[in-house]
Amino acid sequence: MKRGRVGSWGLALGLGFLWVPVLLLVGFAFSADRIPFQWGGVSLRWFAALAANERLIEAAWLSIRIAAGAATLAMLIGGAAGFALARWGGFGGRVLLGGLIGAPLVLPEVVTGLSLLLTFVALEALTGWPEGRGALTVLLAHGTLGAAYVAVVVQARLAGGERVLEEAAMDLGAGPFTAFCTVTLPLMVPALAAGWLLAFTLSLDDLVVASFVSGPEGTTLPMVLFSALRLGLTPEVNALGAVILLLAGALVGLAMLLLRARRVEGQGEGG
Amino acid sequence: MADTLLEARGLTRRFGAALALDALDLAIRPGEFFALLGGSGSGKSTLLRLIAGLDAPDGGALFLDGRDITADPPWARPVHMMFQSYALFPHMSVAENVGYGLRRVGVARGEQARRIAEALALVKLDGLGARRPHHLSGGQRQRVALARSLVMRPRLLLLDEPLAALDAGLREQTGFELRALQRQTGAAFVMVTHDQEEALALADRIAVLEGGRLVQVGTPEEVYWRPATAFVARFLGAANIVEPATLPLKPQVAGAAAYALRPEYIRLTRIGGASDSDLRAIRPSDHRTLGHEETGPNRVMGVVREAAFRGDSTLFVVALEAGGALRVTVHADDPMPEMGERVALAWDPDDLAPLAA
Amino acid sequence: MRRLLILVPVWAWLLAFVAAPAVILLGIALGQSTEGIPPFAPPVGPGLVWQGSLGNFATLFEDEFYFDSLLRALRIATSTAALALLLGFPMALAIARAPRARQALLLALVLLPFWTGFLLRMGAFIGLLRDQGLINGLLIGLGVVQEPLPLLYTEGAMLAGMLHAYLPFAVLPLYAALSRLDPVLEQAAMDLGATPGAAFRTVTLPLALPGIIAGFLLVFIPAAGEFVIPELLGPSEALPVGRVLWQEFFQNRDWPLAAALAVALLVLLILPIRLFQRLESRA
Repeated sequence: MKRGRVGSWGLALGLGFLWVPVLLLVGFAFSADRIPFQWGGVSLRWFAALAANERLIEAAWLSIRIAAGAATLAMLIGGAAGFALARWGGFGGRVLLGGLIGAPLVLPEVVTGLSLLLTFVALEALTGWPEGRGALTVLLAHGTLGAAYVAVVVQARLAGGERVLEEAAMDLGAGPFTAFCTVTLPLMVPALAAGWLLAFTLSLDDLVVASFVSGPEGTTLPMVLFSALRLGLTPEVNALGAVILLLAGALVGLAMLLLRARRVEGQGEGG
Repeated sequence: MADTLLEARGLTRRFGAALALDALDLAIRPGEFFALLGGSGSGKSTLLRLIAGLDAPDGGALFLDGRDITADPPWARPVHMMFQSYALFPHMSVAENVGYGLRRVGVARGEQARRIAEALALVKLDGLGARRPHHLSGGQRQRVALARSLVMRPRLLLLDEPLAALDAGLREQTGFELRALQRQTGAAFVMVTHDQEEALALADRIAVLEGGRLVQVGTPEEVYWRPATAFVARFLGAANIVEPATLPLKPQVAGAAAYALRPEYIRLTRIGGASDSDLRAIRPSDHRTLGHEETGPNRVMGVVREAAFRGDSTLFVVALEAGGALRVTVHADDPMPEMGERVALAWDPDDLAPLAA
Repeated sequence: MRRLLILVPVWAWLLAFVAAPAVILLGIALGQSTEGIPPFAPPVGPGLVWQGSLGNFATLFEDEFYFDSLLRALRIATSTAALALLLGFPMALAIARAPRARQALLLALVLLPFWTGFLLRMGAFIGLLRDQGLINGLLIGLGVVQEPLPLLYTEGAMLAGMLHAYLPFAVLPLYAALSRLDPVLEQAAMDLGATPGAAFRTVTLPLALPGIIAGFLLVFIPAAGEFVIPELLGPSEALPVGRVLWQEFFQNRDWPLAAALAVALLVLLILPIRLFQRLESRA
């Protein structure tokens, strides 16, 4: 009907708006021209320039290490909090715990960044740790941010009344600990993995919080990119965009393939 | 024209390669209770949606009072539908739900309130107007849906499996109330159902659908006693389908490929005891009697294989020595055969309903 | 107790890095800026002497520069959220009504740009909008204009960037609300005499309202504190609070004033945040 067509046009418009800038960014990565977004024939020279840009490579490597550490930290804390919130009906301070773990989700980045920096400064003044600011403080801050996302994902996964499965395990002779390890934990794995990935990308993409809490030794990839963008665009940025889109696309494709394989497997069992 | 309210001519609907309705012709009379009976995929729900205008046919036409309404959108048709899920608006109160259609056609506010109260009284929901649908029981929700359609005073009300979502205990009573409402309002009711008992109990006329075609239209008595095809016979209560080739049947009707024989019409006779004795008589008033001799025109031998207790009767499956099996019901008051017992089966030739080839 | 083994580290972490920062932020906002490292005097001095003041908050109210930056941020966040709903609603509706098998792919198409790096996408907008950019190049090449149009560093460029960054946040809750909606309800409305427009207005829209509000807030809240996009694409004067806070902190090194701005922003966002959390807990 008519409204269906309006919706389809809206979808086409929206997807166009989302994708055209991204695709142009990637397309012009292969242009030889020195000026970004100008076509000067096909060339891979900007990918070569990117590979030779030591400052960028170094920052990227640091970002990846911070993101991996922060995501792991987030998975542990967020996973534990999400599990407690979903499975332990009432315990002292449950509401407060839920509010605290979720707070970074709804706070503006500038507020989170500034308040965490002030906390690190106060902590150092009181205890001498963390000594100065840099990669470690960025990792701690990103871990806190990521834990909020992991907790939400885990809580949603466990909320589906699958408690009965644990009870079935215990009925079959498993102790609470064995039941947790053999039933609940496997149930949580997809949520933990999804949460880890979310926290990882969040950390890789964050500029604001990192800028506040970082120090001279903690220049991450977004910080390098931001100063480059402020000074003016270079075609290396296009090349980097192409590389990241390729990686992200490959990851999403892989995840979809894995999901499909699992679904086919599940159907095989069902039929 | 006076005795046709709605007419479908050559109505066809395709879904991809599948034919949901195949050039269907149908006439519904004013003020009758009409049942569309069929299994899933028979096209009965598709037909209902076409009449309501929620779906458009690929061919054919629909006439209401002789006027072509095929191209009319659902909101412009004086035909209303009660959905199987009831489709009550969760964000509106009962009264707002019932008044929804009145607001759409711009009925004055005072008149609205009066008609809402009237419709709620009709379905015995007085005083529940302020409730939200999710605070009602299943039976109450069904009545709200009914009131919401009836308040529009439709000439034709469509009901999609109106009793399917109710508890078994509520179904019978609600069915009687539906009948009463239909008589009271004078509207024609067209009900879709897959439950033959529901159709037989409620409808003035029944249309049996199979594979997008009408296979038989008639009163409940007609379709029950004189099914037109083997499908109708089976669908309306597990009749035996017997073929003249395998059984010695008299009389044979020209053109009949098979016969339907209702299980309660078979007489069982115990064989090999001290004396042969009658075992069955589900219709105690049946005055027809059959001889006890082992051979006869409508008489075969078999062994009792299965038994299913049904309260007022018991169903037996008797494997015939000539091959195949017949289903037989024995009234609870009558003597029962034993499992594995050898029995003779006989029936009155008049109880055979010839089925078209 | 095994539970304590899990709860104690979680509580310790949350108290140290979520609860304490909020208290410290408020504390520093009451403190004073000094020359030193760190460049502020806390409100409680040596020997537990109170030396704090509400001076920073007074400055926010007295100096129009700060007050306007807060209002401006709210206005920009409102425009962004409204635009995101306007574009996101038909998108979510089309996805929710698409065949089941295709919905996952369409959602992935909405989310994938989100994973390609936020700064890189803003870089793409710079490349499109600046004076030597693709759009101006095209316009001049086609002879539509002689001189490049000033596209970059405008409110329009900033809103385009904000919309690009936050559109998926609006589409997701809208999709969740619309895909839960039973299409039979709209059919029932039409059966009762509602035209498609009336059925949409009286049934679909009110039932999707929680999703609409959630989508609005999910864009509005982060957009109100946004720093990067106004900095890279927006005009160089008339700054929103995110940029002002950043300036106070990094350029003027007035940490207490930056903290006061953060507290003020939080106070303004408390109502929307609480509303959002209520919606989430009900869903």
